Amino acid sequence: MAKKRIVLTFPPELVDQPIIYRLVKDYDLVLNILRAQVTPKEEGKMVLELEGGKEGINKGLRYLEDIKVDVQPLAKDIKLDEQECTSCGACIAVCSPKALSMNKESWKLEFDRDRCLLCGLCVPACPLGVIQVEFD
Amino acid sequence: MPKTFAEINEKIRNGEAVVVTAEEVIDLVKEKGEKKVAEEVDVVTTATFGPMCSSGALLNFGHSDPPIKMQKVWLNDVLAYAGVAAVDAYIGATELSETRGMEYGGAHVIEDLISGKKVRLRATSHGTDCYPRKEFDSYITLDSINQAILFNPRNAYQNYSVATNSSDRTIYTYMGILLPNFGNANYCNCSQLSPLINDPLYRTIGVGTRIFLGGTQGYIAWEGTQHNPRQKRDEKTKIPLAPAGTLCLIGNLKEMSRDFLRAAIFHKYGVTLTVGVGIPIPLLDEEMAHFVSISDEEIYTTILDYSVPRREKPNLGRVSYKELRNGEIEIKKKRVPTAPLSSLYKAREIAQVLKEWIKKGKFFLQEPIQRLPVDEKFKPLDIRR
Ligand code: SF4
Ligand code: SF4
Repeated sequence: MAKKRIVLTFPPELVDQPIIYRLVKDYDLVLNILRAQVTPKEEGKMVLELEGGKEGINKGLRYLEDIKVDVQPLAKDIKLDEQECTSCGACIAVCSPKALSMNKESWKLEFDRDRCLLCGLCVPACPLGVIQVEFD
Repeated sequence: MPKTFAEINEKIRNGEAVVVTAEEVIDLVKEKGEKKVAEEVDVVTTATFGPMCSSGALLNFGHSDPPIKMQKVWLNDVLAYAGVAAVDAYIGATELSETRGMEYGGAHVIEDLISGKKVRLRATSHGTDCYPRKEFDSYITLDSINQAILFNPRNAYQNYSVATNSSDRTIYTYMGILLPNFGNANYCNCSQLSPLINDPLYRTIGVGTRIFLGGTQGYIAWEGTQHNPRQKRDEKTKIPLAPAGTLCLIGNLKEMSRDFLRAAIFHKYGVTLTVGVGIPIPLLDEEMAHFVSISDEEIYTTILDYSVPRREKPNLGRVSYKELRNGEIEIKKKRVPTAPLSSLYKAREIAQVLKEWIKKGKFFLQEPIQRLPVDEKFKPLDIRR
């Protein structure tokens, strides 16, 4: 048995498709949904742990890629260097779970770890390079 | 009774000047009215801190022995323009490293210099009778060279458009990462705190104005490039509804600090310099008190669709900074989250620093030597045959 943790980003047209059902049924995988944010008609995000045979996992991943779901390995941690951050806000533009947000009083950047899907999108979005991602 | 620059400077000298920031003055006018505020307040400090691509530094390296007439110059492998005399060069913020590409550029060279780091200087020349050396390869620091002048042809835009993306793919722009299907909308202006928004008709900000630049005192050298005073304006507030006036700024790089000057990388777009600028506005009369009291709900800008890579991008309507700052706007019936690219947090810090300088008599106002153009056309570049 093998295990793999991944982040899925699906385009709006796939949000209402039975993707999870197919992963379980067709590829014989055990799924553990760690985090998810799916709103109808909008881009969806899901952090998944796949458990199953090596072949099943590989085929499942190929199926996801074929239907145009973006698959990324799950980051272990997001590190934000608060000393270096200028609170410009460029990173919140790509953080759809709103883990990164601006405090509306102080206009300082706030990072709510509990909402973070560890997708890593904020890393290239920060012009000052103060956000880093650690992988397993 | 209108005030003059000289009268305000006299008050600053005596430590009596009343100084508030462009945000603080808004509540003050609400409470006391424009007339009272014009009488009681002398200076309002404005500020901005954001990416400003049209920036760079003029450096003079001094002469080696035997000397070289530098014709091509690289600083940490970033090409600097050396077509000015023998050992002068201009390092532009957006120039990319020839070895590291988008990871490092002119803005990083500037940041490294002000951080006190060693920077590799490489130069080549054809050699002349008076300048026989053909190659130079060594290190410089900010202290080892002669002048280091920050000279930014276009900074502190008077308003800027909001960028969004209607296409079905993510695009990477100087306005940040724009997610598909109106996934986000990015704006880049400190609005009610921003310098030229508070003096929309350039009554007090002009050529020669002393300013806060990158942590020290600098000056407005000229109108900025692409200065476009004829931009459409709100009839009531006179504030432009899209990018309009700009400023060309100059200051001593040797006195600047990394707190207010930072290199930035816009993913898959390129390198730029984040510049901190603060400009004092003297409350000469009631009209100036009125201008500085205008707040975000009355300051509007235009939303543009950046997925159309043309000179004229589709206009998706108008929005106030109040709505933008609330975090969500409506575009084509869709709720779209917004993100700022300029730091209001840092701009507030600059406005406070400038306020303290003036209160403590460390900073005096300089009356403009010449006004910025109020009627000048912004010309396009067409292909002529
Ligand atoms: S990794 Fe970054 S962009 Fe992704 S959810 Fe976490 S904070 Fe937001
Ligand atoms: S983009 Fe970077 S510097 Fe700007 S607020 Fe986010 S973490 Fe801070």
